[in-house]
Amino acid sequence: MSVLTRRLRAEAAPLVLGTLPLLFVFSFFLYPLLRLFITSFHGGDLSGYERALTDSLYAGVLLDTVRLALVVTAICFVLAYPVAYLLSNASRLWAAIGFGCLLLPFWTSVLVRTYAWMILLGRNGIVNRTLLDLGFITEPLPLLYNETGVVIGMVHVLLPYMVFPIYAVMLRIDRDLPAAASGLGASPWRVFTRIYFPLTLPGAYAGAVLVFVVALGFFITPALLGGGRVMTIGLLIEQQVRQFLDWPFAAALSALLLAAALLIQSAFHRALRGDSAWR
Amino acid sequence: MALRRAATWHRRAAYAAAVAVFAFLLLPLAVIVPVSFSSADQLVFPPPGFSLRWYAAYLDNAVWIGATLRSFAIAAAATLLATVLGTMLAFSIVRGRYPGRAIVAHIATAPLIIPTIVYSIAVYSLFSAMKLIGQWHGIALAHAVHALPFVVIIVGAALRTVDPVQEQAAMGLGASRLGAVVRVTLPQLRPALISAAFLAFITSFDELVIAMFLGGTNVTLPKKMFDNIQLEIEPTVAAVSVLQIALAALALAAAARFGSGAKVVR
Repeated sequence: MSVLTRRLRAEAAPLVLGTLPLLFVFSFFLYPLLRLFITSFHGGDLSGYERALTDSLYAGVLLDTVRLALVVTAICFVLAYPVAYLLSNASRLWAAIGFGCLLLPFWTSVLVRTYAWMILLGRNGIVNRTLLDLGFITEPLPLLYNETGVVIGMVHVLLPYMVFPIYAVMLRIDRDLPAAASGLGASPWRVFTRIYFPLTLPGAYAGAVLVFVVALGFFITPALLGGGRVMTIGLLIEQQVRQFLDWPFAAALSALLLAAALLIQSAFHRALRGDSAWR
Repeated sequence: MALRRAATWHRRAAYAAAVAVFAFLLLPLAVIVPVSFSSADQLVFPPPGFSLRWYAAYLDNAVWIGATLRSFAIAAAATLLATVLGTMLAFSIVRGRYPGRAIVAHIATAPLIIPTIVYSIAVYSLFSAMKLIGQWHGIALAHAVHALPFVVIIVGAALRTVDPVQEQAAMGLGASRLGAVVRVTLPQLRPALISAAFLAFITSFDELVIAMFLGGTNVTLPKKMFDNIQLEIEPTVAAVSVLQIALAALALAAAARFGSGAKVVR
């Protein structure tokens, strides 16, 4: 065997190795998505997209989904920030306990956690009964089968996705920077707002993009905690397929959801290109 | 001095907020465990007494057990498929020098960023045409796609730390290319492979949306739980939930034990 053919074989081996799995990905991942995309045009017709974007009923659902995802993202950020701060600054023991508190629910299935929230949030649920017993409220609060319940459930599921990137960035902040700022006379508040917080923003952006994109396509939590009264794009897609068998419309909605997810992610990556802090 | 006191004050406030968030995170688990051991006919909290009746109700029910076994079979098949194909892809991406590797890497991890509901109806439409609805291996195929990115990412990251010079040395000493990979590289990847396999297993075992569309009348465990939750809130689901949490904890502990060196954080 000549040196050239041996080199060729060595070079070609990874390529050949990748062929079978790629074939699998093409057949069972890309091909079905492509098929769905073609369905959305229903033979050269854009009526599915037109309906989704102009019919006030469906456009309203899309807007509601975006609003819901934004609210969830904002709450996740507010809750994740102190958690990430504790994890990156606390003693080893406290950090370990903190990670346990974070990872235990993270590894519990979304379905199980959603079910637990139904026990907690019902009219006669644990939260309402506790608040009634303590005298904080006189009437049970409507927490389940509405948007409040959906937001609570979604924040619970998505919070870790916000904590991890912020934590990763906080770990790498040079501790001398805040110290130098306060040494030069800055108040703790000023050190935080002018030095520490801006340095953690890349992590916050990464977390926000992740949470927002996942929240847009959420299904299980709105289906159970919304009780049919909260409509999101994910639920709408399922309804169009299962109840109305309107494939072109469901496909158009899917294409819109997918386009939104991909656009947001690529815009984010472009914005942070060259900035290695978020990785 | 005043400055330092103010800094500690801020830190305390942040820690207090973090502890409150931890309580929020643990609340669902703190509720579901006692409910699963309740002796009451209905779902009441706190439970009036301790009993294992809801665990017995789960074990005595052929539908629940059938769904559980189906989910195990699907998760095992999906794990095998995803781990083998994902490892091949990781090798191809990390060790290859052909143009377009970056695109291959993007395609391999794309299932992570595609909303599950979109992929579910796409594959539902295709499998309907292929008469694969209601078949367990249809769900296993789709779950393998779903789990593939985790394997590619974890094994790929580990493979980058293994110097290819070691393989070349083994080949210089007379090993075949395959022999060098199997005897030299794969043993070093063992922790990553185990972590990836466990992650793939849990991903499939807990997955609801794909299984809901592809399962037909042959429900998986998450689908059976979903149906029960929608019908009425009774504690059998709580017992199943606790068993599922225990399984996940066991898998994680096993992954940490046998897969030391690899992070099991997604």
